[in-house]
Amino acid sequence: MSEFFAQFAVPHPSTLIYIAMASIVLGSIALVAIVTYFKLWGYLWREWITTVDHKKIGIMYLITALVMLFRGGVDAVMMRLQLAIPENGFLDAQHYNEVFTTHGVVMILFMAMPFITFFFNFLVPLQIGARDVAFPRLNNLAFWLFFMGMGLFNISFIVGGSPDSGWTSYFPLADNEFSTSVGTNYYMLALQIAGLGTLMTGINFITTIMKMRAPGMTLFKMPMFTWSALIANLIIVFAFPVLTVALAMGTMDRLWDTKFFAIGDGGMDMLWANLFWVWGHPEVYILILPAFGIFSEVISTFARRNLYGYTSMVWSMILISVFSFAVWTHHFFTMGQGAFTNSIFSITTMAIAIPTGVKIFNWLFTLYKGKIVITTPMLYALHFIPLFTLGGVTGVMLAMSAADYQYHNTMFLVAHFHNVIIPGVVYAMLAGLTFYWPKMFGFMLNERLGKATVWVMSIGFVLSFIPMYITGLDGQARRMYTYSDAAGFSTLNMVSFVGAGIMSVSFLMLVWNIWYSFKNSPRDIGSDPWDARGLEWATHTPIPHYNFAITPDVTDSNSEAFWDYKKNGTKLFKGEIQDIHMPNNSGQTFILSIFFFIGGFALVFSMFTLAIISLIGILACMGYRSLEDDHGYHIHKEEVELIEKKYEKEGGAK
Amino acid sequence: MKVNMKGTLLSFMGLGAILLAGCNDKLAVLDPKGPQAQRQADDTMLLIYLMSGIVLTVLAILVFMLFKYRASKQSPDYEPPHIHGHWLVETIMIGIPVIIVIFLSFVSVKSNYIVENVPQEYEDQEPLVIYASSSNWKWHFSYPEQGIETVNYLYIPAGRSVEFKLYSYGPITSFWIPQLGGQKYAMADMVTTLHLAADNPGEFWGRNANFSGRGTAENIFDVTALTQTEFDEWVTEVHETAAPLTEEKFDELLEPGHLGKQTYTGTHLEFSPAPEHNHESSDEEKEDEEDHSSH
Repeated sequence: MSEFFAQFAVPHPSTLIYIAMASIVLGSIALVAIVTYFKLWGYLWREWITTVDHKKIGIMYLITALVMLFRGGVDAVMMRLQLAIPENGFLDAQHYNEVFTTHGVVMILFMAMPFITFFFNFLVPLQIGARDVAFPRLNNLAFWLFFMGMGLFNISFIVGGSPDSGWTSYFPLADNEFSTSVGTNYYMLALQIAGLGTLMTGINFITTIMKMRAPGMTLFKMPMFTWSALIANLIIVFAFPVLTVALAMGTMDRLWDTKFFAIGDGGMDMLWANLFWVWGHPEVYILILPAFGIFSEVISTFARRNLYGYTSMVWSMILISVFSFAVWTHHFFTMGQGAFTNSIFSITTMAIAIPTGVKIFNWLFTLYKGKIVITTPMLYALHFIPLFTLGGVTGVMLAMSAADYQYHNTMFLVAHFHNVIIPGVVYAMLAGLTFYWPKMFGFMLNERLGKATVWVMSIGFVLSFIPMYITGLDGQARRMYTYSDAAGFSTLNMVSFVGAGIMSVSFLMLVWNIWYSFKNSPRDIGSDPWDARGLEWATHTPIPHYNFAITPDVTDSNSEAFWDYKKNGTKLFKGEIQDIHMPNNSGQTFILSIFFFIGGFALVFSMFTLAIISLIGILACMGYRSLEDDHGYHIHKEEVELIEKKYEKEGGAK
Repeated sequence: MKVNMKGTLLSFMGLGAILLAGCNDKLAVLDPKGPQAQRQADDTMLLIYLMSGIVLTVLAILVFMLFKYRASKQSPDYEPPHIHGHWLVETIMIGIPVIIVIFLSFVSVKSNYIVENVPQEYEDQEPLVIYASSSNWKWHFSYPEQGIETVNYLYIPAGRSVEFKLYSYGPITSFWIPQLGGQKYAMADMVTTLHLAADNPGEFWGRNANFSGRGTAENIFDVTALTQTEFDEWVTEVHETAAPLTEEKFDELLEPGHLGKQTYTGTHLEFSPAPEHNHESSDEEKEDEEDHSSH
């Protein structure tokens, strides 16, 4: 019995981990107690867990993303604290390795991914004038699979130990011989389960965008965010199967001693690196393209002008998506593949700068002859442009393969990718969050606090990451838990730590803003508080669960249908209110996901009986579903008219 | 709004100042002591100037747009026009980046061939071959010509090209001596080649730059470039004083952990050869090789 429990023990415990354990246990008990006390279980089950409403699923992604932003942020501050002083003893090498591995995985896969998926879910159906996504129940399943993957990954550090071989998990370091805890098993299985959810999201949104656009909405009339979502989801469908295969091979290496990547017996360690980055590089564009979409919406709204160069914007995204699959080798220029191969990948990588540059200039020219209003979302976008350009040009530096021999694996690289991901993705997500907050919750976030947050964040960002370019050029390699005083970069590392502290203040300001605005913001803001342009603003706030009482018709409008309606009086809603067909909620998807979670957990610890039981559970759920008849339900005309009447006095777009 | 603009400008000027100050301070990569590192430093400086130009251009346009077109400067009834694009603007906007990328592509390809080959200055003489292999978390340097092996330190002759043969007895590592040139991976199943040279005698540091587990941070080594005469003297001295490297001793050295500097005569290549497969060989040849290695 004690042997059974010993396998779940953390191999490298520390006071910090014990504190985390205690707070997680206490937090969970408190949460269960609160939900039980207020009798919320039924509400949660009916309104959230089983929901097929894209807006609610989106909000669940959002909550996950914000919680993970906090967790990944705590990891980041711990790393900067450890490196602030040379030969610091705050974290030991093993703990530091686990922290940076977790930080990378959490921020990319469990923070940025759900954040963009939140926008796919919340915005795409509204922007194309649809009632829901193409496969509402699959959408619910995708969320819960993602959530279970996230949960599985997050329990690793209190049950069995965190993964410790970097978020790239390079073999043979990630193999049993060198990574002895079950941490990497967690990595392989959690990413596998979450990845299945992402793949479903990809298929769902491609279908939604291709099949469910409002009458008259041709591809080149789609709002820019919908375009970016379409392309990002196409990349997902092409890239994620590669990750699925790589993770399956890695899992087999770890659990059954196959030798795909392990050294000796013909395993090829760099095969993992290739497969990982064939997925991993496009993944970067899966994150950044929707971010570009958000910035396009925000900038055109607050420049009070249409987006400059709409067509070139679309084509540049298409080009980027194609190029994104042709550059993966730049992640290991130093693998010894020779001057010829390096030259090819150096050129393809630099070529990406061209369509990206086009987008930057399009945003700049969108400001031209505009009437620029500086709001919080706009301020994020305005900070994004120069900061992201800086990150972009250092990317071009890294693309010079011969020079990259000097930057590879250094803090210069760390500075670069944070310099594109933070101002690119994180700023976009927060800009979009602030922008769409009133649409989601019916009140605005405080503007003064919001703008202050942007400034604090940017100051923190510059202080955190610019010094890393310099220490990188001075020879500070990445992922080193300590360095000697003689190395000479302690001052700059201290500056970085201060910057990280300032960035965490900006996160707290965001949380405070949400609370403060929830308490104090006025609720009578109407459905279009920003004077915005897209179809998503043409419905009421809060959005009725059927989105639009009458499906909008955009035959006569341009890509900014709602603006066209407001300025030129183009008719959006033609025809009469009719019965609306809606999908039923379903709890099966949640139960199915629980089986995935149990199965994943069982495999992490090689408990194969339990794994087989959960496999049977999964198959049983799928079998049940395939025999079930579910035709959804209708909201009757009279009921819709009643709901619409309630909104009448606020004045919607009709 | 004015304050905000100033803030942006100031932070970017400060940023530029930090970068420039950094350059004057002789950062390792920008303080090259050999031809390969020199090329990489030159490319880096070229890129820094060119890229600063791009960032400043974008910033200048942004600042101009914000000053000229902000709402507070315009009459309340001003309606921004609907503009789709302009052929000239878009040609310039695409054309200039294309030209920059083409120019950099030429530089990049040229540098690739320079960095991958024996430095041009030292082409007239045979390079000194050193096998550099990593084990958790040490570096083993074998000098097959000289019949010498060192651990965690390197002596090389200045003014002569050194051909490093890199491989690993464990996870992937990356062999890096910033002042002599950029890094390359050392892997368990193949040998990679890195050409470096030091122009003058001097002392440098090197490290494993690729994460390879708990001991990575301390996976470092010292490099000393000597004159050819001093180097020859050192070789003779090692042969006179150092103990021979036996297979048992080497297996002991491979145990995970850190070691100080050590010196031996003979190399481990005799009993534990480098994994020098030819990856482009046909399947039959590969099978042959595998047969050999299992003997």
